[in-house]
Amino acid sequence: MEAFIQVAAAVGLTGDEAKAASAASSAGFAYGLAAIGPGIGIGYLVGKSVEAMARQPEAAGMVRTTMFLGIAFTEALALIGFVVFILIGL
Amino acid sequence: MIALEFPPINEILRWKDLFPTFNKIALIAVAAALIGTLIFLLAGSKDAKVAPKGIRNFAESIVEFIENGIIMQTMGRQGLGWTPFLLSLFSFIYLCNVPGIIPFLQMPATARMALPLFLSLLVWVVFIVTGFKHQGLGYIKSSLFPPGVPKALYILVTPIEFISTFLVRPFSLTVRLFANMLAGHILLVTFSLLSEALFQAKGNPALIPVGVLPLFMLIFLTGFEVLVAFLQAYIFTILTAVYIGGAAHPEH
Repeated sequence: MEAFIQVAAAVGLTGDEAKAASAASSAGFAYGLAAIGPGIGIGYLVGKSVEAMARQPEAAGMVRTTMFLGIAFTEALALIGFVVFILIGL
Repeated sequence: MIALEFPPINEILRWKDLFPTFNKIALIAVAAALIGTLIFLLAGSKDAKVAPKGIRNFAESIVEFIENGIIMQTMGRQGLGWTPFLLSLFSFIYLCNVPGIIPFLQMPATARMALPLFLSLLVWVVFIVTGFKHQGLGYIKSSLFPPGVPKALYILVTPIEFISTFLVRPFSLTVRLFANMLAGHILLVTFSLLSEALFQAKGNPALIPVGVLPLFMLIFLTGFEVLVAFLQAYIFTILTAVYIGGAAHPEH
């Protein structure tokens, strides 16, 4: 965040403006970074579940339930990032 | 070029008080509770001996979904006694989520922290009490000292288990429901503001037809929110079932 404040100061923003600008950029970075891991995780998880369902269609119900559980746990990380994004940026 | 002013977060989330201490979010929550109760009371008053039709058919299909789709998959046959609790949890959360896409309401009641927080604290109390009821003080042992772990590792495992079972669970339940609904609401606000700003673009008439694009995105996202409203209610209920099932019957 310090770096953003310096950049904003160099552009000619002062005080609160610089603070707001750096908060906005930090919020963007916070959410962007928080989305990487869960994105990969959910993609992998659903891909594997589809593979399992295709191999054994009779177990599809059980796999789907477990898949939603896994998605819920993985997604929580991205959502915490989103909450932080709201908290910093606004 | 175009004047796009995103309103502060309070403007899109905070509604005017209808009268002190009662705003429209509370109205939605009360309505959700009443509608849910009413549907099941009406369905329950119908004759159970004739073939179900109309509202009873609808209510029975929801009960069956809770029993087969959630309880049998996570708790097994012993968990069927939890159907009323999970059913009311599911229908209440779903009915609170759905106003997010109903025109003129356009606000999911669960997009405010208070409602999900209260619900997940309720679930937290329920699964801890269930654990103590079924296992007595053994619940502490089975939840903090999972079997099959080398003795020396308990120094590491016990604090992690404590944090993840008793602190992270209610927190993540809350944040999952709250942040999903809030994210959906903000997405809808963003795209409707964008298309509004483009339709009213002054000075550059070429921008006006471009406003159709965010409008299509808005329609698509509204459809997506229908799915999210259901999915979040489902996930909240299924996680509750998993937590209660885990507290009632420990792994050996």
